[in-house]
Amino acid sequence: MAAQHHDDGHDPNLAHHFESSEQQRQSAKLGMWLFLATEILFFGGLFVAYTVYRGNHPEVFVFGAHFLDTALGALNTVVLIFSSFTIAWAVRAAQLKQIKLLKWLIIATMLCAFAFLGVKYVEYSAKWKHGLLWAGAYNPHVDHEEASALIEVDGEIHTNEGDVSIHEIEEVQPVAEGEIVEPIAVELEVDPAVVVADPDKSTIAPAARGPEGLAGPAEEADHDLVPVEPLNARVFFSIYFMMTGLHGIHVLGGIAAMLWLLKCLRRGDFDGGHFTKVDMVALYWHVVDIIWIYLFLLLYLID
Amino acid sequence: MSEHTESGVHVASMRLLVTIMIVLMIGTWLTVSVTHFDFGFLNIWIGLGIATAKAILVGLYFMHLRWDKPFNAFVFVSAFAFLALFIGFALMDSAHYQDVIIPGWPLG
Repeated sequence: MAAQHHDDGHDPNLAHHFESSEQQRQSAKLGMWLFLATEILFFGGLFVAYTVYRGNHPEVFVFGAHFLDTALGALNTVVLIFSSFTIAWAVRAAQLKQIKLLKWLIIATMLCAFAFLGVKYVEYSAKWKHGLLWAGAYNPHVDHEEASALIEVDGEIHTNEGDVSIHEIEEVQPVAEGEIVEPIAVELEVDPAVVVADPDKSTIAPAARGPEGLAGPAEEADHDLVPVEPLNARVFFSIYFMMTGLHGIHVLGGIAAMLWLLKCLRRGDFDGGHFTKVDMVALYWHVVDIIWIYLFLLLYLID
Repeated sequence: MSEHTESGVHVASMRLLVTIMIVLMIGTWLTVSVTHFDFGFLNIWIGLGIATAKAILVGLYFMHLRWDKPFNAFVFVSAFAFLALFIGFALMDSAHYQDVIIPGWPLG
Protein backbone atom coordinates (compact mmCIF):
# COMPACT_ATOMS: atom_id res chain seq x y z
CA MET A 1 0.00 0.00 0.00
CA ALA A 2 2.71 2.39 0.99
CA ALA A 3 4.66 1.63 -2.16
CA GLN A 4 1.91 3.15 -4.29
CA HIS A 5 2.54 6.54 -2.79
CA HIS A 6 6.20 6.64 -3.55
CA ASP A 7 5.67 8.94 -6.47
CA ASP A 8 3.65 11.45 -4.49
CA GLY A 9 6.74 12.44 -2.61
CA HIS A 10 5.21 10.93 0.50
CA ASP A 11 7.10 9.20 3.23
CA PRO A 12 6.33 5.52 2.46
CA ASN A 13 6.06 4.88 6.17
CA LEU A 14 3.36 7.51 6.66
CA ALA A 15 -0.21 6.50 5.89
CA HIS A 16 -2.24 9.01 3.94
CA HIS A 17 -4.81 9.66 6.62
CA PHE A 18 -2.19 10.90 9.09
CA GLU A 19 -0.81 14.38 9.15
CA SER A 20 2.59 13.49 10.55
CA SER A 21 4.49 10.40 11.58
CA GLU A 22 4.23 11.60 15.14
CA GLN A 23 0.44 11.60 14.88
CA GLN A 24 0.59 8.17 13.29
CA ARG A 25 2.78 6.88 16.10
CA GLN A 26 0.54 8.32 18.78
CA SER A 27 -2.54 6.77 17.17
CA ALA A 28 -0.90 3.37 17.04
CA LYS A 29 0.06 3.77 20.67
CA LEU A 30 -3.42 4.72 21.81
CA GLY A 31 -4.83 1.75 19.91
CA MET A 32 -2.31 -0.49 21.61
CA TRP A 33 -3.12 0.82 25.06
CA LEU A 34 -6.82 0.28 24.43
CA PHE A 35 -6.06 -3.29 23.40
CA LEU A 36 -3.97 -3.81 26.53
CA ALA A 37 -6.86 -2.49 28.65
CA THR A 38 -9.09 -5.17 27.11
CA GLU A 39 -6.38 -7.72 27.86
CA ILE A 40 -6.48 -6.78 31.53
CA LEU A 41 -10.26 -7.17 31.52
CA PHE A 42 -9.93 -10.46 29.60
CA PHE A 43 -7.81 -11.89 32.41
CA GLY A 44 -9.99 -9.96 34.84
CA GLY A 45 -12.82 -12.45 34.58
CA LEU A 46 -10.48 -15.20 35.72
CA PHE A 47 -9.14 -13.07 38.54
CA VAL A 48 -12.71 -12.52 39.71
CA ALA A 49 -13.38 -16.26 39.66
CA TYR A 50 -10.17 -16.75 41.60
CA THR A 51 -10.97 -14.09 44.20
CA VAL A 52 -14.54 -15.19 44.82
CA TYR A 53 -13.61 -18.85 45.10
CA ARG A 54 -10.61 -18.19 47.31
CA GLY A 55 -12.63 -15.83 49.49
CA ASN A 56 -15.23 -18.49 50.11
CA HIS A 57 -13.01 -21.58 50.15
CA PRO A 58 -9.50 -20.58 51.23
CA GLU A 59 -8.69 -24.17 52.27
CA VAL A 60 -8.91 -25.33 48.65
CA PHE A 61 -6.17 -22.87 47.69
CA VAL A 62 -3.93 -23.63 50.66
CA PHE A 63 -4.19 -27.29 49.71
CA GLY A 64 -3.70 -26.79 45.97
CA ALA A 65 -0.71 -24.46 46.30
CA HIS A 66 1.21 -27.31 47.98
CA PHE A 67 1.39 -29.00 44.62
CA LEU A 68 2.97 -26.05 42.83
CA ASP A 69 6.73 -25.68 42.83
CA THR A 70 7.62 -22.21 44.12
CA ALA A 71 11.19 -22.54 42.83
CA LEU A 72 10.00 -23.17 39.27
CA GLY A 73 7.45 -20.38 39.54
CA ALA A 74 10.14 -17.98 40.78
CA LEU A 75 12.47 -19.09 38.00
CA ASN A 76 9.80 -18.27 35.43
CA THR A 77 9.23 -14.89 37.06
CA VAL A 78 12.93 -14.11 36.77
CA VAL A 79 12.95 -15.27 33.14
CA LEU A 80 9.99 -13.06 32.26
CA ILE A 81 11.36 -10.01 34.06
CA PHE A 82 14.64 -10.45 32.23
CA SER A 83 12.79 -10.75 28.91
CA SER A 84 10.88 -7.57 29.75
CA PHE A 85 14.24 -5.92 30.21
CA THR A 86 15.60 -7.21 26.88
CA ILE A 87 12.51 -6.07 24.95
CA ALA A 88 12.62 -2.64 26.64
CA TRP A 89 16.26 -2.48 25.57
CA ALA A 90 15.18 -3.52 22.07
CA VAL A 91 12.89 -0.48 21.89
CA ARG A 92 15.86 1.69 22.82
CA ALA A 93 17.99 -0.02 20.15
CA ALA A 94 15.25 0.54 17.54
CA GLN A 95 15.01 4.20 18.53
CA LEU A 96 18.75 4.60 18.17
CA LYS A 97 18.83 2.60 14.89
CA GLN A 98 21.12 -0.07 16.38
CA ILE A 99 19.69 -2.69 14.04
CA LYS A 100 22.12 -5.49 14.77
CA LEU A 101 21.68 -5.10 18.51
CA LEU A 102 17.92 -4.91 17.98
CA LYS A 103 17.97 -8.26 16.20
CA TRP A 104 19.84 -9.96 19.02
CA LEU A 105 17.62 -8.43 21.67
CA ILE A 106 14.49 -9.68 19.93
CA ILE A 107 16.07 -13.13 19.68
CA ALA A 108 17.04 -13.02 23.36
CA THR A 109 13.49 -12.12 24.32
CA MET A 110 12.19 -15.00 22.23
CA LEU A 111 14.59 -17.41 23.87
CA CYS A 112 13.30 -16.27 27.25
CA ALA A 113 9.75 -16.89 26.05
CA PHE A 114 10.73 -20.42 25.02
CA ALA A 115 12.50 -20.97 28.35
CA PHE A 116 9.34 -19.88 30.13
CA LEU A 117 7.27 -22.37 28.16
CA GLY A 118 9.88 -25.06 28.79
CA VAL A 119 9.59 -24.62 32.54
CA LYS A 120 5.82 -24.54 32.17
CA TYR A 121 6.04 -27.84 30.29
CA VAL A 122 7.96 -29.40 33.18
CA GLU A 123 5.33 -28.18 35.60
CA TYR A 124 2.37 -29.24 33.49
CA SER A 125 3.76 -32.71 32.85
CA ALA A 126 4.26 -33.25 36.60
CA LYS A 127 0.62 -32.29 37.16
CA TRP A 128 -0.38 -34.59 34.35
CA LYS A 129 1.58 -37.47 35.83
CA HIS A 130 -0.09 -37.03 39.19
CA GLY A 131 -3.56 -36.52 37.78
CA LEU A 132 -3.75 -33.03 39.25
CA LEU A 133 -5.88 -31.70 36.45
CA TRP A 134 -8.91 -29.55 35.88
CA ALA A 135 -12.50 -30.37 36.84
CA GLY A 136 -13.52 -33.82 35.58
CA ALA A 137 -9.97 -34.83 34.70
CA TYR A 138 -8.88 -34.41 38.34
CA ASN A 139 -7.77 -37.82 39.56
CA PRO A 140 -4.82 -37.52 41.96
CA HIS A 141 -2.64 -40.60 42.15
CA VAL A 142 0.96 -41.61 42.66
CA ASP A 143 2.85 -42.37 39.53
CA HIS A 144 3.35 -46.12 39.45
CA GLU A 145 7.08 -46.12 38.69
CA GLU A 146 7.72 -43.46 41.31
CA ALA A 147 5.80 -45.39 43.91
CA SER A 148 7.57 -48.68 43.29
CA ALA A 149 10.94 -46.95 43.34
CA LEU A 150 10.12 -45.45 46.69
CA ILE A 151 9.00 -48.74 48.07
CA GLU A 152 12.34 -50.22 47.07
CA VAL A 153 14.20 -47.48 48.89
CA ASP A 154 12.15 -48.26 51.91
CA GLY A 155 13.62 -51.75 51.87
CA GLU A 156 10.23 -53.36 52.10
CA ILE A 157 8.38 -55.42 49.63
CA HIS A 158 4.87 -54.40 48.95
CA THR A 159 2.75 -56.25 46.47
CA ASN A 160 1.11 -53.04 45.58
CA GLU A 161 -0.23 -53.11 42.06
CA GLY A 162 -1.65 -50.04 40.41
CA ASP A 163 -1.88 -46.54 41.69
CA VAL A 164 -2.99 -45.47 45.10
CA SER A 165 -5.48 -42.71 44.77
CA ILE A 166 -6.77 -40.36 47.39
CA HIS A 167 -10.24 -41.38 46.43
CA GLU A 168 -9.55 -45.04 47.01
CA ILE A 169 -8.23 -44.26 50.45
CA GLU A 170 -11.24 -42.13 51.20
CA GLU A 171 -13.47 -45.00 50.30
CA VAL A 172 -11.54 -47.40 52.48
CA GLN A 173 -11.20 -45.13 55.46
CA PRO A 174 -14.63 -45.50 57.05
CA VAL A 175 -14.14 -49.25 57.13
CA ALA A 176 -10.77 -48.83 58.79
CA GLU A 177 -12.43 -47.07 61.67
CA GLY A 178 -14.71 -50.06 62.11
CA GLU A 179 -13.58 -53.60 62.69
CA ILE A 180 -11.49 -54.81 59.78
CA VAL A 181 -8.05 -53.39 60.22
CA GLU A 182 -5.40 -55.70 58.76
CA PRO A 183 -5.86 -55.63 54.98
CA ILE A 184 -6.38 -51.90 54.91
CA ALA A 185 -3.28 -51.19 56.96
CA VAL A 186 -1.22 -52.85 54.24
CA GLU A 187 -2.81 -50.64 51.66
CA LEU A 188 -2.07 -47.50 53.55
CA GLU A 189 1.49 -48.42 54.41
CA VAL A 190 2.46 -47.26 50.96
CA ASP A 191 1.57 -43.79 51.95
CA PRO A 192 4.35 -42.80 54.37
CA ALA A 193 6.86 -44.07 51.84
CA VAL A 194 5.47 -41.74 49.27
CA VAL A 195 5.49 -38.89 51.72
CA VAL A 196 9.29 -38.97 51.96
CA ALA A 197 9.55 -38.60 48.20
CA ASP A 198 12.74 -36.57 47.73
CA PRO A 199 11.92 -33.51 49.79
CA ASP A 200 15.12 -31.79 48.64
CA LYS A 201 14.54 -32.15 44.95
CA SER A 202 11.26 -30.41 44.61
CA THR A 203 8.61 -28.82 46.70
CA ILE A 204 5.93 -30.51 44.64
CA ALA A 205 4.34 -32.72 47.22
CA PRO A 206 3.38 -36.19 46.15
CA ALA A 207 -0.25 -36.35 45.27
CA ALA A 208 -1.45 -39.32 47.22
CA ARG A 209 -0.51 -38.41 50.73
CA GLY A 210 -3.90 -39.27 52.05
CA PRO A 211 -5.58 -38.06 55.19
CA GLU A 212 -3.17 -36.56 57.68
CA GLY A 213 -3.90 -38.98 60.48
CA LEU A 214 -2.75 -41.88 58.37
CA ALA A 215 0.59 -40.44 57.40
CA GLY A 216 2.48 -42.15 60.22
CA PRO A 217 4.29 -40.66 63.22
CA ALA A 218 7.73 -40.38 61.61
CA GLU A 219 6.71 -37.17 59.89
CA GLU A 220 9.18 -34.36 60.47
CA ALA A 221 8.79 -31.56 57.96
CA ASP A 222 5.38 -30.45 59.08
CA HIS A 223 5.79 -27.18 57.18
CA ASP A 224 5.36 -29.07 53.95
CA LEU A 225 2.69 -31.30 55.32
CA VAL A 226 -0.22 -31.41 52.97
CA PRO A 227 -3.47 -30.95 54.82
CA VAL A 228 -6.42 -33.21 54.32
CA GLU A 229 -7.77 -32.84 50.83
CA PRO A 230 -10.70 -30.46 51.07
CA LEU A 231 -13.90 -30.87 49.16
CA ASN A 232 -13.65 -29.65 45.57
CA ALA A 233 -9.86 -29.38 45.57
CA ARG A 234 -10.16 -29.82 41.83
CA VAL A 235 -11.43 -26.27 41.52
CA PHE A 236 -7.96 -25.00 42.36
CA PHE A 237 -6.50 -26.93 39.45
CA SER A 238 -9.26 -25.78 37.12
CA ILE A 239 -8.44 -22.17 37.98
CA TYR A 240 -4.71 -22.86 37.84
CA PHE A 241 -4.87 -24.34 34.36
CA MET A 242 -7.27 -21.70 33.05
CA MET A 243 -5.13 -18.81 34.27
CA THR A 244 -1.69 -20.18 33.44
CA GLY A 245 -3.04 -21.68 30.21
CA LEU A 246 -4.46 -18.39 28.98
CA HIS A 247 -1.21 -16.72 29.99
CA GLY A 248 0.78 -19.41 28.17
CA ILE A 249 -1.23 -18.76 25.01
CA HIS A 250 -0.26 -15.12 25.34
CA VAL A 251 3.39 -16.13 25.59
CA LEU A 252 2.95 -18.07 22.34
CA GLY A 253 1.35 -14.97 20.82
CA GLY A 254 4.36 -12.97 21.95
CA ILE A 255 6.70 -15.41 20.21
CA ALA A 256 4.66 -15.05 17.02
CA ALA A 257 4.81 -11.26 17.30
CA MET A 258 8.57 -11.35 17.76
CA LEU A 259 8.99 -13.61 14.73
CA TRP A 260 7.05 -10.99 12.82
CA LEU A 261 9.41 -8.32 14.16
CA LEU A 262 12.38 -10.31 12.88
CA LYS A 263 10.72 -10.51 9.47
CA CYS A 264 10.18 -6.75 9.49
CA LEU A 265 13.78 -6.26 10.53
CA ARG A 266 15.02 -8.33 7.60
CA ARG A 267 12.86 -6.27 5.30
CA GLY A 268 14.58 -3.15 6.60
CA ASP A 269 11.53 -1.64 8.25
CA PHE A 270 13.51 -0.34 11.18
CA ASP A 271 16.41 1.13 9.26
CA GLY A 272 14.96 4.62 9.28
CA GLY A 273 14.39 4.64 13.03
CA HIS A 274 10.73 3.63 12.78
CA PHE A 275 10.40 1.87 16.08
CA THR A 276 6.61 1.79 16.47
CA LYS A 277 6.28 -1.92 15.68
CA VAL A 278 8.96 -2.85 18.20
CA ASP A 279 7.33 -0.51 20.70
CA MET A 280 3.89 -2.14 20.28
CA VAL A 281 5.18 -5.69 20.69
CA ALA A 282 7.20 -4.57 23.70
CA LEU A 283 4.10 -3.07 25.34
CA TYR A 284 2.25 -6.32 24.81
CA TRP A 285 5.13 -8.33 26.21
CA HIS A 286 5.30 -6.15 29.34
CA VAL A 287 1.63 -6.84 30.00
CA VAL A 288 2.31 -10.58 29.74
CA ASP A 289 5.04 -10.00 32.33
CA ILE A 290 2.78 -7.96 34.64
CA ILE A 291 0.06 -10.62 34.55
CA TRP A 292 2.58 -13.31 35.41
CA ILE A 293 3.83 -11.26 38.39
CA TYR A 294 0.32 -11.53 39.81
CA LEU A 295 -0.23 -15.15 38.80
CA PHE A 296 2.99 -16.18 40.54
CA LEU A 297 1.92 -14.47 43.74
CA LEU A 298 -1.67 -15.65 43.72
CA LEU A 299 -1.17 -19.27 42.68
CA TYR A 300 2.26 -20.31 43.98
CA LEU A 301 2.75 -18.25 47.10
CA ILE A 302 -0.21 -19.27 49.22
CA ASP A 303 0.65 -20.44 52.68
CA MET B 1 17.91 9.79 31.25
CA SER B 2 17.28 12.65 28.87
CA GLU B 3 18.31 11.03 25.59
CA HIS B 4 16.02 11.69 22.67
CA THR B 5 15.71 10.54 19.07
CA GLU B 6 15.86 13.03 16.21
CA SER B 7 12.09 13.40 16.32
CA GLY B 8 12.22 14.23 20.01
CA VAL B 9 10.99 10.90 21.36
CA HIS B 10 12.28 9.96 24.77
CA VAL B 11 14.85 7.18 24.89
CA ALA B 12 15.27 5.33 28.17
CA SER B 13 18.91 5.18 29.28
CA MET B 14 20.65 1.87 29.78
CA ARG B 15 21.35 2.75 33.37
CA LEU B 16 17.66 3.26 34.05
CA LEU B 17 16.63 0.02 32.33
CA VAL B 18 19.22 -2.03 34.22
CA THR B 19 18.27 -0.40 37.53
CA ILE B 20 14.59 -1.16 37.01
CA MET B 21 15.39 -4.76 36.09
CA ILE B 22 17.47 -5.23 39.24
CA VAL B 23 14.77 -3.65 41.41
CA LEU B 24 12.21 -6.01 39.85
CA MET B 25 14.44 -9.01 40.61
CA ILE B 26 14.84 -7.88 44.20
CA GLY B 27 11.07 -7.45 44.35
CA THR B 28 10.61 -11.05 43.22
CA TRP B 29 13.03 -12.27 45.87
CA LEU B 30 11.16 -10.18 48.44
CA THR B 31 7.77 -11.59 47.43
CA VAL B 32 9.04 -15.13 47.87
CA SER B 33 10.86 -14.53 51.16
CA VAL B 34 7.94 -12.66 52.70
CA THR B 35 5.84 -15.83 52.45
CA HIS B 36 8.14 -17.49 54.99
CA PHE B 37 6.82 -15.15 57.66
CA ASP B 38 3.35 -15.32 59.03
CA PHE B 39 1.66 -11.95 59.16
CA GLY B 40 -1.78 -13.50 59.23
CA PHE B 41 -4.24 -11.83 56.89
CA LEU B 42 -1.61 -9.19 56.06
CA ASN B 43 0.45 -11.68 54.04
CA ILE B 44 -1.72 -11.44 50.95
CA TRP B 45 -1.79 -7.64 51.14
CA ILE B 46 1.98 -7.39 51.50
CA GLY B 47 2.36 -9.72 48.52
CA LEU B 48 -0.14 -7.76 46.45
CA GLY B 49 1.57 -4.52 47.47
CA ILE B 50 4.97 -5.71 46.24
CA ALA B 51 3.45 -7.14 43.04
CA THR B 52 1.67 -3.87 42.36
CA ALA B 53 4.85 -1.88 43.00
CA LYS B 54 6.58 -4.12 40.45
CA ALA B 55 3.75 -3.66 37.96
CA ILE B 56 3.93 0.13 38.40
CA LEU B 57 7.69 0.10 37.76
CA VAL B 58 7.18 -1.95 34.60
CA GLY B 59 4.43 0.43 33.47
CA LEU B 60 6.25 3.66 34.25
CA TYR B 61 9.69 2.81 32.92
CA PHE B 62 9.68 -0.28 30.69
CA MET B 63 6.39 0.77 29.09
CA HIS B 64 7.41 4.43 29.02
CA LEU B 65 4.22 5.65 30.66
CA ARG B 66 6.21 8.21 32.59
CA TRP B 67 7.08 10.06 29.38
CA ASP B 68 3.97 9.10 27.45
CA LYS B 69 0.79 11.06 26.97
CA PRO B 70 -1.15 10.89 30.24
CA PHE B 71 -4.21 9.70 28.37
CA ASN B 72 -2.54 6.37 27.59
CA ALA B 73 -1.88 5.84 31.28
CA PHE B 74 -5.47 6.82 31.99
CA VAL B 75 -6.76 4.17 29.57
CA PHE B 76 -4.58 1.47 31.12
CA VAL B 77 -5.24 2.38 34.74
CA SER B 78 -8.98 2.62 34.10
CA ALA B 79 -8.94 -1.06 33.11
CA PHE B 80 -7.57 -1.86 36.57
CA ALA B 81 -10.12 0.42 38.18
CA PHE B 82 -12.99 -1.38 36.47
CA LEU B 83 -11.45 -4.70 37.38
CA ALA B 84 -11.36 -3.59 41.02
CA LEU B 85 -15.06 -2.68 40.78
CA PHE B 86 -15.82 -6.05 39.20
CA ILE B 87 -13.95 -7.96 41.92
CA GLY B 88 -15.35 -5.80 44.70
CA PHE B 89 -18.97 -6.22 43.69
CA ALA B 90 -18.57 -9.93 43.01
CA LEU B 91 -17.12 -10.39 46.50
CA MET B 92 -19.86 -8.33 48.13
CA ASP B 93 -22.45 -10.38 46.33
CA SER B 94 -21.03 -13.79 47.16
CA ALA B 95 -20.44 -12.79 50.79
CA HIS B 96 -24.10 -11.92 50.99
CA TYR B 97 -25.51 -15.38 50.44
CA GLN B 98 -22.55 -17.57 51.37
CA ASP B 99 -23.96 -18.40 54.84
CA VAL B 100 -26.96 -19.93 53.12
CA ILE B 101 -24.74 -22.25 51.10
CA ILE B 102 -22.12 -23.03 53.75
CA PRO B 103 -23.63 -23.35 57.24
CA GLY B 104 -21.75 -21.30 59.79
CA TRP B 105 -19.83 -19.24 57.20
CA PRO B 106 -17.57 -17.35 57.76
CA LEU B 107 -15.82 -19.99 59.76
CA GLY B 108 -13.06 -17.76 61.17
